[in-house]
Amino acid sequence: MATLYVDNRIYEVTEGKNLLETCLSLGFDLPYFCWHPAMGSVGACRQCAIKIFKDESDTTGRLVMSCMEPVGKETRISVNHPDAEKFRKQIIEWLMTNHPHDCAVCDEGGSCHLQDMTVMTGHNYRRFEYPKRTYLNQYLGPLINHEMNRCIQCYRCVRFYKDYAGGKDLDVYAAHNHVYFGREKDGILESEFSGNLAEVCPTGVFTDKTLKQHYSRKWDFTFAPSVCQHCSLGCNIIAGERYGELRQITSRYNGDVNGYFICDRGRFGYEVANSPKRLLQPQLKNDNTSFGQEFIINDISELIATSNCIGIGSPRASNESNFALQQLVGKENFFAGLSKQEYQLNQTALKLLQSGVAEISSLKQIEQYDAIVTLGEDLTNTAPMAALAVRQAVRKEPVENAQQTINLASWHDAALREFVQHEHGALFIFHPHATKLDEIATKVTYATPEEIASEGFRIARNIESSADSDPIAAALLKAERPLIIVGTSLFNEDLLNAAGALAHSLQKKGKTPGIFIIQAECNSMGLAMMNTPSVEDAFYKFENNILIVLENDLYRKFPAQQVDELLNKCKQIITFDHIKTHTNEKAGIVVPVGIFSEADGTLINNEGRAQRFFQVFIPQNEWLKESWRWLYTLKALKESTAIDENLSLGTVQQDLIEALPQFKGIEQTAPDEDFRLNGQKIPRSPHRYSGRTAIQANINVSEPKPLEDNDSPMSFTMEGFRGIPPSSATPFFWSPGWNSVQSINKFQIEVGGPLHDGNPGVRLIKPAFTSEFKLSSNKTSLKANEWLAVPIYHIFGSEELSAEADSIQELTPAPYIALNQSSIDKLGIKENEVITIELNKETYQLPVKFRPEITDKIALIPYGLTAMGYIALPGIISIK
Amino acid sequence: MERPLTRNIHPNRPPLTAKEYEMAGGYMAVKQALLKMTPSEVVELIKESNLKGRGGAGFNTGMKWSFVPMGETAPTTKYIVANADEMEPGTFKDRLLLEGNPHQLIEGMIVAAYAIQATQGYVFLRFAYKEAAIRITKAIIEAYAEGYLGDHILGTGFSLHLHLHTGVGRYMCGEETALLNALEGKRATPRAKPPFPQVSGLFGKPTIVNNVETLCNIPHIINNGADWFKSLSYSEDGGTKLYGVSGNVKTPGCWELPMGVSMRELIEEHAGGMKDGYKFRGVLPGGASTDFLIEQHLDIKMDFKSVSMAGSRLGTGTMIVLDDKTCPVGFVHNLEQFFARESCGWCTPCREGLPWVEKILWSIEQGKGASNDIELLFEHARLLGPGNTFCALAPGAVEPLQSALKYFREDFEQHIHQRKCPYD
Amino acid sequence: MNDELQNISNSTFTGLSEQERNAIDHEVSLVPYPKAACIEAMKIVQKSRGWISDDALLAIAEYLNMSTAELDSVATFYNLIFRKPVGRHIILLCDSITCWVMGYKIIYQELYKQLNIQFGETTADKKFTLLPNACLGCCDHAPAILIDNDLYQDVKTEDISIILKNYN
Ligand SMILES: Cc1cc2nc3c(=O)[nH]c(=O)nc-3n(C[C@H](O)[C@H](O)[C@H](O)COP(=O)(O)O)c2cc1C
Ligand code: SF4
Ligand code: FES
Repeated sequence: MATLYVDNRIYEVTEGKNLLETCLSLGFDLPYFCWHPAMGSVGACRQCAIKIFKDESDTTGRLVMSCMEPVGKETRISVNHPDAEKFRKQIIEWLMTNHPHDCAVCDEGGSCHLQDMTVMTGHNYRRFEYPKRTYLNQYLGPLINHEMNRCIQCYRCVRFYKDYAGGKDLDVYAAHNHVYFGREKDGILESEFSGNLAEVCPTGVFTDKTLKQHYSRKWDFTFAPSVCQHCSLGCNIIAGERYGELRQITSRYNGDVNGYFICDRGRFGYEVANSPKRLLQPQLKNDNTSFGQEFIINDISELIATSNCIGIGSPRASNESNFALQQLVGKENFFAGLSKQEYQLNQTALKLLQSGVAEISSLKQIEQYDAIVTLGEDLTNTAPMAALAVRQAVRKEPVENAQQTINLASWHDAALREFVQHEHGALFIFHPHATKLDEIATKVTYATPEEIASEGFRIARNIESSADSDPIAAALLKAERPLIIVGTSLFNEDLLNAAGALAHSLQKKGKTPGIFIIQAECNSMGLAMMNTPSVEDAFYKFENNILIVLENDLYRKFPAQQVDELLNKCKQIITFDHIKTHTNEKAGIVVPVGIFSEADGTLINNEGRAQRFFQVFIPQNEWLKESWRWLYTLKALKESTAIDENLSLGTVQQDLIEALPQFKGIEQTAPDEDFRLNGQKIPRSPHRYSGRTAIQANINVSEPKPLEDNDSPMSFTMEGFRGIPPSSATPFFWSPGWNSVQSINKFQIEVGGPLHDGNPGVRLIKPAFTSEFKLSSNKTSLKANEWLAVPIYHIFGSEELSAEADSIQELTPAPYIALNQSSIDKLGIKENEVITIELNKETYQLPVKFRPEITDKIALIPYGLTAMGYIALPGIISIK
Repeated sequence: MERPLTRNIHPNRPPLTAKEYEMAGGYMAVKQALLKMTPSEVVELIKESNLKGRGGAGFNTGMKWSFVPMGETAPTTKYIVANADEMEPGTFKDRLLLEGNPHQLIEGMIVAAYAIQATQGYVFLRFAYKEAAIRITKAIIEAYAEGYLGDHILGTGFSLHLHLHTGVGRYMCGEETALLNALEGKRATPRAKPPFPQVSGLFGKPTIVNNVETLCNIPHIINNGADWFKSLSYSEDGGTKLYGVSGNVKTPGCWELPMGVSMRELIEEHAGGMKDGYKFRGVLPGGASTDFLIEQHLDIKMDFKSVSMAGSRLGTGTMIVLDDKTCPVGFVHNLEQFFARESCGWCTPCREGLPWVEKILWSIEQGKGASNDIELLFEHARLLGPGNTFCALAPGAVEPLQSALKYFREDFEQHIHQRKCPYD
Repeated sequence: MNDELQNISNSTFTGLSEQERNAIDHEVSLVPYPKAACIEAMKIVQKSRGWISDDALLAIAEYLNMSTAELDSVATFYNLIFRKPVGRHIILLCDSITCWVMGYKIIYQELYKQLNIQFGETTADKKFTLLPNACLGCCDHAPAILIDNDLYQDVKTEDISIILKNYN
C-alpha cells in the first residue's frame, strides 16, 4: 500500500502501478491516448500530463506523463494544476491542427475518444491557420474501413495489431508529421483480430465497415449484453440494434473471459442475423400459403399428441431451449444432435474438466501460465481469442524476469519489449499442420493426431520419471504454472486422454497444472452437461416417429445420404431454427425462431462458465421468439395446461435446475426479471437516444407503448436507472464525459480488474475426483495410396452461423485439399490441379494445395465450409 | 599548450596507421588498463578526471559507466557504442577526430569496453562521412591485426569485437536510445528512460553510448592521470575541448583548446573575427539546439557551467555566428525547418508543434505574420520544453527560438509590421 | 572511392543476386536475429540497384523472415533509403544553418538552372537526383555538396558546372 496525494487529498493506493491507471481507478477524469489498459504505457501522446511534487515543500513541481510514472510509497501529484491543464489542452490543439473537422460524417462521432478528450481538456478555439496535411486511404478488406486523415498518431493501432496480436501487415511508415498507419499496399488485413482496431483507435481512422452499411450513432442504438455464438469460448459482446435490425457487435469487457477484445468472427459474424439465410416465415411442406401462428402451433401439438416424438437438441442452442425440448418429448426421447464420436468427445472433455487433475483455466487466466503445451488445436482458427491469450502468456516469463532483474514495471510496454526482445516463455505446439502460433513456439511438432496423443503420453511418463532428457517434460516441470490446451477439433479422444495424463503426471509431481479445452460450438459444454445420448443412438427409433430438430442441421453432422434415408423414414419432421438449413428443407413444418439478438438464454462455455445473453430487441415479426418459448407453449398444449403468456426465462431456469441439478447456478448468471435499481429498470438505450417519438411516425403519429421484457430487468428504451447496473446486465458502457468504449474504466473496480460487482458468468464445474487416463488401442493403418484426411479449420468459414455473414463469406476460402511435397510428387500432380478423392465411398473433387510441413500420411481438408458439404473427417482417403 | 586529441592529426596527411599510432604512444592506454587496472579502477579514474560527455548533455562519463551492472550476475553480453552520428547543424568536430585519428577512437572504445566489460562494440557513423567510414574500416582491420581487437586482447581474458555501422540518415539517430533502435534495424524513435541504456540498451543488454570526442579523451586520461586531465582546462570541467566557429567569420574552423576558453578568444582570435562588412549579432554557442548568446556574453568561458549560467548550453562547442546582414527570423526558420523535418513523429508536441512553429516563422518571414504570432511562438517555446516531450529533440529545437524571441524580438515585430523581411 | 552503381535494373528484378545474398548473410551473422540486419540489407541492395523497389523490398523481407510492412516501416523512416527510382547520382545539398547563412540558396538556384530539377526531382536523363540534406559536417567550409561519395566544400556558383562534369 502506498499513499497518494492528489491535489492535497489523500488516497490509499497500490505501489508500483502507474499514476494514470491509479488516477483513473480513483475516478479522476484524466485524458490519455497512447496508453491502453491492456497494452500499457509508451508515453508518446503526452496527453496524460500531471504535476508531480518532490515533497510537501515543493510548490513548483514538475510536469510528468502520468502513464510513465510509478506510484511510489508516498507520491504527491496534482491533476488540476493550471500548468498541467494548460499542457493537456495544448496537446489537443496540436492534434487538432491536422485532424479534420468531419465529426458529422465520421462513424466514430458520438463514441469517439478524441471527442471526449477534447471536451475534457476544454480546447475549443482553433488558432492554427495553415492547411491540414492529407493522406490517401487504403482498402483494407471487407471488415475495416480506413480514413487516415483522422489519425492522431497515438500508435495504438500498430501496438495492438503488431505487438499485442502478432499481426504482420499493419505498420507505421515515414516520419515526423507524415507518419502513416496502414498496410504496405492496399489489401485485406490478415489478422484475425483486426476488428479490434475499431475499438482501439481513439478516432475514426479504423472503423467497422459492416456497420457502415447500416450506420447508427452509438446513442441511437438499443443495446444488450450478449455472448458470442461463434465458438466455444463465450466471449462477452454487446449487440446493438436500430430499426429492428442487428447492426453492430462490439466487445464487452469481462476480466475473466475475453478482457477488452474479441476476434473478427465474433465481431462480424452477426451479419448472419440479416442474411438471406435467415428464416423469417414458417414453412409447411408443399405449401406456399402463409398460416397464422395459432394454426401452426395447433397443427404441431396435434401431431405431437398422436405419435411418439424424438427431440434432437443442439450444441448451438441455449440450455433453456435444449431443456424445453427435452421436457416436451421426455427425457428418454431427447438426444444430443451430435454424432456418436462428437458426443463421446464432449463427454470426455467434460469428464476431464470435472476431474481434479488440473485447474480449469479461464480464457483470461491463460495469460498467467508460464509454460504451455497445445495438443492438436489450431487455436487461431478454432478458438481465436485463446490464441491471443497464448500470445500474452509467452511474454509472462521474460516480463517477470525484467521485473526482477531491472525492476521494470509490467505496464512499461515499449521498455519491456526492448528488454525482452525475441525471448518468450515455453510453448510447445503439436499439430498436424503449421499454425500462426508456431512463430512464438519453443518447439513445434507436426504429426498425426494419433502420434500427438502418444507423444502426450510419452511426455507424461517422462514427467513422472523426471527424465531430464525430454526438454518438454523438463520445461513443464520447471514451470511454476504449466497449462495444457487441448480440444475436440481433430475428433480424437486420445488427445483429451493425453492431456489428462499430462496433467495427472504434473499433479503427481506437486504441480498445479491448468487445463483449457476447446470445444466445437458455443454450447457444446451445456449440451454435454445434459448428459443425453447421441442422436446416433436413436437412429433406429426414427421409423414412423416424429422428429423435432432444434436449431441443428443434421446434414453438417452426417453424410447426406444417411440423413436423407433417416429423415425419409420419419413420419413427420418439425424443425425450429433461425437459419435455413438442409434439414429444414426436409421438414414438414419449419418454425422460425429468434436468433441470439432476439432471444434470451444461457450458454456454457468451454470452461464450464454459464453466461447469460439478453434479447436486444423484440422483432416486429412475431415468429421470432426463443425456441424455448415455443416449446413451452407446445408442452402446455400437450399437457392441456394453461399457456403461460408471461413465461419468463427465469421460470424455465427454475424448471431446469430442478430437473437437472448440475445446472444449478445458471439462475445466478444475471439478476432476475424483477430486479430493480431504485425501483427502476435498466435502460437498453443511451439517454440521448433520438427520434423515439418520431421513429415510427410514418406508420402512426402516436407513440407506441414501449415493449415490455418479461425475462430481464432491462427496458427497451432510454428510461430507467442512470448509474452502473450489475455487470451481467450492463447493456453498454457509457459514463458522463466518456462516450467511447474507454468508459469501461468507470465500470471496473480498478482499471483492468473485475467489473464493479464481479465479472459476469458462473462456473458450474467444480473439479473433484482424480481419474486415470489411458491411451486407446485404436490404430489407423494406411495402405499405399491412402492418406489420413484431417480437418483444417478456418476462422472464416468453418463455423456454421458466421459463415453466412456477407463480409465473412468474402474471406472464406474455397474448398481444397492440402498435401505435402512428397505426396504431390508421388501422385505426379501440380498445385491447384483438381483431384478426385474417395472417402467413405463418397467421391469429392478438390483442387490441391501444397503444405510443405505436413507429414506424408496426412491430407488436410477444410472443415465445415458451406461450399463443401459434409465430409466425414477424420477419415482415410484414397486419391485417384 | 597541450592538444592531446589532435596532436597526431595533420590536416593534409592520411591518419596514422596502427603501427605509426603505436610509435606515437598509441595503445599504451589499452595496455595500461587491461594489464594493470581492474575495470572498476578505470571507471574510478574517469570519474575522478571529471570528464563530461562531449555529445551535448555534459554528463560525467565515469558516473555514466558506473551504472552498468557488473560481476557474476550481470548479463554476459554488453555493448559499447561510439556515437559518431554528428548531425547537429553547425557541428563538425567529431569528423575531425574520425578522419584524423581513428585509432584514438578505437583505443578509447577498447578501454571503455574493458571498464564495463563489454564484448561488442559499434561505431555508429552518419552516412555522409564517407571518408571517415573508409578510414575507420581500415583502422579496425589494423587493430584486429595488431591484436587490440578480437578475442583475448593482449593475452588477457578480455575480448572485444568492433563493427562499423553507417546510418541511413536521420538526425534522431544521434539521440542515444534512438541510435540503439537504428542499430537493431528498427525505426530510430527514442526509448523511454528509465530504463537507461546502461541497464537495458542494445538488444536489451547493458550498453554505453558515448560521443566520439568523449571516447577519444579516454586513452589520454589513462596514460596521464586525472590531475593532468583537469590541469588541461581553464575551468572546473576537465580537459581540452574541440571548439568550432562557422558563419561569416574570417577563418571558420575547428580547434582543440583548453576547456573554458572564452567565447571572445574563439571568435576574435581563432576565427579571425567577423568578415569585413559584417557585424556580430549573436551566436549559437554549441550547435543548432542551443540558445543564442549575444555581444554581452562574449567574455564568458566556454565550459558547461558558464555557458549555462549565461542562459545557453555548451552543447557540442561548435558555434554558429549570426551577423547583422542575416535575418534572424530566417535564421531561426531554417533551424526549425530542420527540426520539424527531423522530428521522429513519436510524440505529439514535437511532431505537431514544430511544424506549426516552422509555418509561423515562414509566414512572418514572408511578410504574412499576424500580431499574435509572436505570442504563439513564445507559447510553443515554453510548452516544448524539457520533460514535456519524449526526448530532447524538441526542447533543443526551441532553445534558439526562445532566445531569438528574447534578443531579436524587434526583428520579428518589424517583419510583421512592415509585412516583409527587412533583410531582403 | 567511387562506388559506381552496378546498375542491376529493378524493372527486371528476379530476386537477390548471389553477391547481395552473401553480403546480407555476412551482416546477419553479426546480429542476434536476422531482422536486425534489415537496414544493412537495404543498403546492400540499394547500392547495387539504386533504390528499393517493391519487388526488392519483398525479396529482402522474405530473406530476413520479416513482413514487407515491417521492412517498409523501417525503410520509409530514413532519408536515404529510396523507395522511388533515383538518378544515377545523388546530389545532397546541405540546407542547414551555416550553409543557409553562407548562401546555399544561390547554389540551389544554380543547380536548378543547370539541371532543371528541384529538391526531390530527377533529371530527365536519369542522371541526377537532387535532395536537400541536413548539415554535412563541414560548416567551416560552407556551402557544401555531397555527390555520391564526393564532398565539395566552399562551393561557389561558378564551380557547379565543373563539378557536374565529373559525373556521367
Ligand atoms: C536529437 C538528439 C540528437 C543527438 N545527436 C547526437 C550526435 O549526433 N552525437 C552525439 O554524440 N550525441 C548526440 N546526442 C546526445 C546523445 O543522446 C547522448 O547524450 C550522447 O551520445 C552521450 O554521449 P556523451 O555522454 O559522451 O556525451 C543527441 C541528442 C539528441 C536529443
Ligand atoms: S521530441 Fe518526441 S517526436 Fe520529437 S524527436 Fe523526440 S520523441 Fe520524437
Ligand atoms: S497516455 Fe500517457 S503519454 Fe500517452
